[in-house]
Amino acid sequence: MPRRDDIHKIMLIGSGPIVIGQAAEFDYSGVQACKVLLEEGYEVVLVNSNPATIMTDPEFATRTYVEPLLPGPVAAIIEKERPDALLPTLGGQTALNLAMDLSADGTLEKFGVELIGANREAIIRAEDREVFRQVMNEAGIRIPWSVTVESVEAALEVLDSGEATLPAIIRPAFTMGGQGGGIAETRDELISIVAKGVAASPIGQVLVEESVIGWGEFELEVMRDHKDNVVIICSIENLDPMGVHTGDSITIAPAQSLTDPVYQSLRDIAIKVIRVVGVETGGSNVQFAVNPADGEIAVIEMNPRVSRSSALASKATGFPIAKMAAKLAVGYALEEIPNDITRATPAAFEPTIDYVVTKIPRFAFEKFPGAEHRLSTYMQSVGEVMAIGRTFRQSFSKALASRELDAITPIPDSDADLLKEIEVPTPERIDLIMAGLARGIKVEEIHSRTHIDPWFLRELASLALDGDGSEGKELVYNSVDTCAAEFEARTPYYYSSYEAPGSPSEVRRGDRPSVVILGAGPNRIGQGIEFDYCCVHAAMTVRDCGRDAVMINCNPETVSTDYDTSDRLYFEPLTLEHVLAVCELEKPEGVIVQFGGQTPLKLAQGLKDAGIPLLGTPVEAIDAAEDRGKFGALIDRLGIKPPPYGSAMSADEALEVAARVGYPLLVRPSFVLGGRAMEICYSGEDLDTYLKEHVQASPEHPLLLDRFLENAIEVDVDALCDGEEVKVAGIMQHVEEAGVHSGDSACVIPPMSIGQEMLEEIRDASAAIALELGVIGLINIQFAIADGGLYVIEANPRASRTVPFVSKAIGAPVAKLATRVMLGEKLADLELPENNSTHVSVKEAVLPFSRFQGSDSVLGPEMKSTGEVIGIGPDFPTAFGKAQAAAGVALPDEGTVFISVTDTDKPAATQLAARFHDLGFKVVSTGGTAQAISRMGVPVETINKIAEGSPHVVELIADGRCDLVINTPTGSGARADGYEIRSAAIRHGIPSLTTMTGASAAVRAIIARQKGPGEVFSLQELHAR
Amino acid sequence: MTPGYVLLEDGSRFDGLLCGDPEASTVGEVVFNTAMTGYQEAVTDPSYAGQIITFTYPMIGNYGASHDAMESTRAHARGVIMRDARNGTDAATADSGWLDWLSSSGVLAITGVNTRALVRHIRAKGAMRGSIMSSATSQADAAAMIATEPTMAGSDFASLVSPDSPIEFEGDGPHVVALDTGIKSSITDQLRERGCRVTLLPSSSGPEEVLGRAPDLIFLANGPGDPAAVAGVVETVRELVGKKPMVGICLGHQLLCRAVGLETFKLPFGHRGSNHPVKDLETGVIEITSQNHGFAVVGPDGAHTIEGDDPVRWQTGFGEAVLSHINLYDRTVEGLRLPDANAMTVQHHPEAGPGPRDSRHLFDRFLELVG
Repeated sequence: MPRRDDIHKIMLIGSGPIVIGQAAEFDYSGVQACKVLLEEGYEVVLVNSNPATIMTDPEFATRTYVEPLLPGPVAAIIEKERPDALLPTLGGQTALNLAMDLSADGTLEKFGVELIGANREAIIRAEDREVFRQVMNEAGIRIPWSVTVESVEAALEVLDSGEATLPAIIRPAFTMGGQGGGIAETRDELISIVAKGVAASPIGQVLVEESVIGWGEFELEVMRDHKDNVVIICSIENLDPMGVHTGDSITIAPAQSLTDPVYQSLRDIAIKVIRVVGVETGGSNVQFAVNPADGEIAVIEMNPRVSRSSALASKATGFPIAKMAAKLAVGYALEEIPNDITRATPAAFEPTIDYVVTKIPRFAFEKFPGAEHRLSTYMQSVGEVMAIGRTFRQSFSKALASRELDAITPIPDSDADLLKEIEVPTPERIDLIMAGLARGIKVEEIHSRTHIDPWFLRELASLALDGDGSEGKELVYNSVDTCAAEFEARTPYYYSSYEAPGSPSEVRRGDRPSVVILGAGPNRIGQGIEFDYCCVHAAMTVRDCGRDAVMINCNPETVSTDYDTSDRLYFEPLTLEHVLAVCELEKPEGVIVQFGGQTPLKLAQGLKDAGIPLLGTPVEAIDAAEDRGKFGALIDRLGIKPPPYGSAMSADEALEVAARVGYPLLVRPSFVLGGRAMEICYSGEDLDTYLKEHVQASPEHPLLLDRFLENAIEVDVDALCDGEEVKVAGIMQHVEEAGVHSGDSACVIPPMSIGQEMLEEIRDASAAIALELGVIGLINIQFAIADGGLYVIEANPRASRTVPFVSKAIGAPVAKLATRVMLGEKLADLELPENNSTHVSVKEAVLPFSRFQGSDSVLGPEMKSTGEVIGIGPDFPTAFGKAQAAAGVALPDEGTVFISVTDTDKPAATQLAARFHDLGFKVVSTGGTAQAISRMGVPVETINKIAEGSPHVVELIADGRCDLVINTPTGSGARADGYEIRSAAIRHGIPSLTTMTGASAAVRAIIARQKGPGEVFSLQELHAR
Repeated sequence: MTPGYVLLEDGSRFDGLLCGDPEASTVGEVVFNTAMTGYQEAVTDPSYAGQIITFTYPMIGNYGASHDAMESTRAHARGVIMRDARNGTDAATADSGWLDWLSSSGVLAITGVNTRALVRHIRAKGAMRGSIMSSATSQADAAAMIATEPTMAGSDFASLVSPDSPIEFEGDGPHVVALDTGIKSSITDQLRERGCRVTLLPSSSGPEEVLGRAPDLIFLANGPGDPAAVAGVVETVRELVGKKPMVGICLGHQLLCRAVGLETFKLPFGHRGSNHPVKDLETGVIEITSQNHGFAVVGPDGAHTIEGDDPVRWQTGFGEAVLSHINLYDRTVEGLRLPDANAMTVQHHPEAGPGPRDSRHLFDRFLELVG
């Protein structure tokens, strides 16, 4: 049966904000699905709250809704759009869970929406641990023993009865990335992990499971069509054995250590699993543990949907799993779909590859001091790199180089210490192992400590001792072709390889001029999908402008590394060596370094020195913006003020400069992205501690000290400049207090409380700075408004992480316009629509604190968010409420509100308290705030501050007796209490607001919501207005 | 390891490092296999007699060599070309290192070769004769050695790999008598797993010898070389068709087809790997198959490929032949049935070993012919 003609309109749900365990890979899969469905002539209704995705660009769907991924809003969209079908398998766990909710609450049935791809029963069979266990047992498939429990007591009961033994793995039901799970080796650990797991699971259920720690871990990507034909797309072997979440493991494709009979057994079981679970069409992955001693196989889990692994498998083999899954979901069979890459053969086959693929995860533990530094069964990595090499060593060394680590792992001097350290899986373990092997520590010794398969360790030893085998060989580019060269590849997807001298390169360069776009590398906190979004827009525009777009990137999760995005894709590390090698072959018209964040910017000087033309803003301008002295002089010439600042090259000098600049101080090292190691110091003591704990100031790495403007309004500006003219694309007012990193702060377009005069001043200052710097392309400028004065905090002559948000808010493709400018067009000739719409757009950050057990859950000048959401509404309260909901912060309709504010905020707070009281909330407060509220005649319950002892406010929050926290701290002492309150709120999932503007917005949002559900409208409708 | 090279008969040269005896050299038809596992199974598959195997997967030898991976009693391939060979013995199942095993099996191997470039060359120009040589040997001498090697088309390798005397396996089920043109042990294993009593006869055995064994099913085995060159076996098969149920795999499929008057032809570079999709036209199911053949059967209208998925028919002296399987990669004939003669054949390897086991159920279908 080819394409289904009985359905016309298909709803697709995205995965929402980037969080740990669910990242850019679902933009990649969603974009593929949207493209396919539109090409097939279906109407596509897309829902995703993440503005930084390519899929939410209006051209990728018939109707695009950037609404919260919650049953209410999505049901409203279904009611309005009346789709025939819902495809839930391409938006990660979020989409799957949401589809299940909409099925359970009757919405799908009510509006006659068919679930395609996977039905409700299949999803339950795969996702409900107890049902999965039954299904596997019935099919005779070995899985580790397991018991489902819903409380700590029940867990202890099965332990005491002998039904469960330790060590055991705890897996919460229906969570992504294994969140809330862990390995319990002792009774105490069992108690604490089960408690956490029950809390994390939306159905309050965890699985206590046999530990197969130390067994080899493998994964097979499986596809099935409605004719019941099943193919395996890729096998993946984890270098880290069982015990480390597969998302946190170094993984290799294809499997390296399996004999043919064992591999075929995995294959047979995987096929059986997808059949008995009953995923009718599309991709799934099946995870296995294999005992290396005897080949015994156990199935660990299966995902009835496209996953992070399937994105990796797609990039690793060239087989576009999501695209195929979408085609299969609308009725095609595998044999009816041509293989994209060969075009001559059908998709009903199994890719075979003639290279080795390595994935290494990227972590951000350094952002979360206090978090337990250990990898476990729940995912903690924030990104990943992939590398392709012809041999394991080439592949692995490229992957190591792709990581772009900020710091070098300290290696213990003694072998004994090193061996002790590698017993615990950590992000640094691979570097320690490499160092140990280089030092001559025996493979057997490392194997006994880590259980890593000796095959891998011997390869690593050979890499550590003899290098990657490139000596005496030549660098050539091979194609990724799904078939090991058996057929001719049509798709220009390349990787570099060292081969025997005289080997041919497979790149078909053609005669058109090319533009090289450098991607953003692995996702990190501070550098995420927003930059990939810009790179993809650059590629689209370069193609539109008659050039070949050439992409270099090493992040397998992204749309930029889809072979469809550019004319030629080089899957390579973003190091100078690899980029120059591509440039030598491409002889590009220019290289774009502005869109990939800090990663390509770091290469700008090196590229320039090598004589490679850079498009857009020159290197000197980048330097002038980054260099405090030069930038200070520049804005001084323009008559624009910075906050008082200084820089220091030693600790002593820092203290001296601090005294001159004045406290509170914002301190950070130069040349960083996302505010790494950035802190606010309120006193010399604070600064002393900072200098001791964090950063060694030196002449090479000076320390920057800025006066921190308290109670300031922060403003972000994204602007376009062609060297002659400047157009401000968006002015964003931060909702959060000053001092919170702009990436972690909610912001709003248009600004909600800045006067016209000040807006003009901001526009003028932005234009002056952009022109003076000589920006060609994009610039992001951060301002602070304090006491009526405008201060410029910093300027970055590159695409910022707010570009996608601005683009969605104003309905203009800012990055595309910037690309045109960089290619030589003038702003005067480009259409930048005047933004006359009356709608308000709010961006809110999404934070990963719950992932990092023991970390301090507070916001500050160092960026910690992993992703963002957008809320669009007719007014600020509605938009703010939507953004909060989309970010997973559910503003309560009723209950208890805790209010504690600084003296200056007390008048406003009393009014706020009165409004909450009128809305039916119980108001709780501490000391002074309570008195002020009480004096206004508003009933208020007084509770102790932390210092006043139990029962105090943090206990109130911990006990679940509070539904909303309003806390505006300032100064060092108050801030400390505020930190505790905020930490507790985040830990317990209670919304907390730290500004009066935010709080009053929340009240208005609650009022707006109590009036009834707001209207849902698509971006297409919005920007047509 | 000493420098060496692969030379093809068209003069193309690919450098690498010789594994094992630096004085050794080998000549044969250079082919490529795209499977990512099962290297030892391939080298011990008698169908590779006379050939030099290029493995497209670069890392070969990862899990060592094991007696469990033997598809026959010895290595049959003449040489092995690899990108990054391994000799480790860490795997629990490894009896010895892969390169050590190759060396002790008398198979010359070369590693460090840009196998992808070599494969792309063969893909474009077709499988051809070639050699693995030490760099101490001049290219002219190597070329001369290649020239003395007969081409694969017209070569009878099957009789060289056939046993000298019958081999018998006990069993309570149907008696399967095979003309052993180089049978893989996975095939006998599949038959024996189903309870069959199996007798392997030298391929030179005549029809009387076969019938004298009182077979319930006559099996035509896989094997090396050009089916057109095995005229004697084809004659024998022609005598036997219709007298007893008959089944053929790979070369056996080609021999039965030739026996009933169908033609075979040489594929440009053959099918060798573990990922070829084959559609079973009787059920509509697509199976991923293990493949190893350089020749194929010509379609009913004389074309090398079949349009559409219909069970097209040939007229033969033994009634109609009905297409039962088709290769979805290049739409060549993958199997057929001769209903009047109670016979069926497949081109691919349903026994797997190495490769996917999707088609193993065909052995049940084979045995259904016994009734």
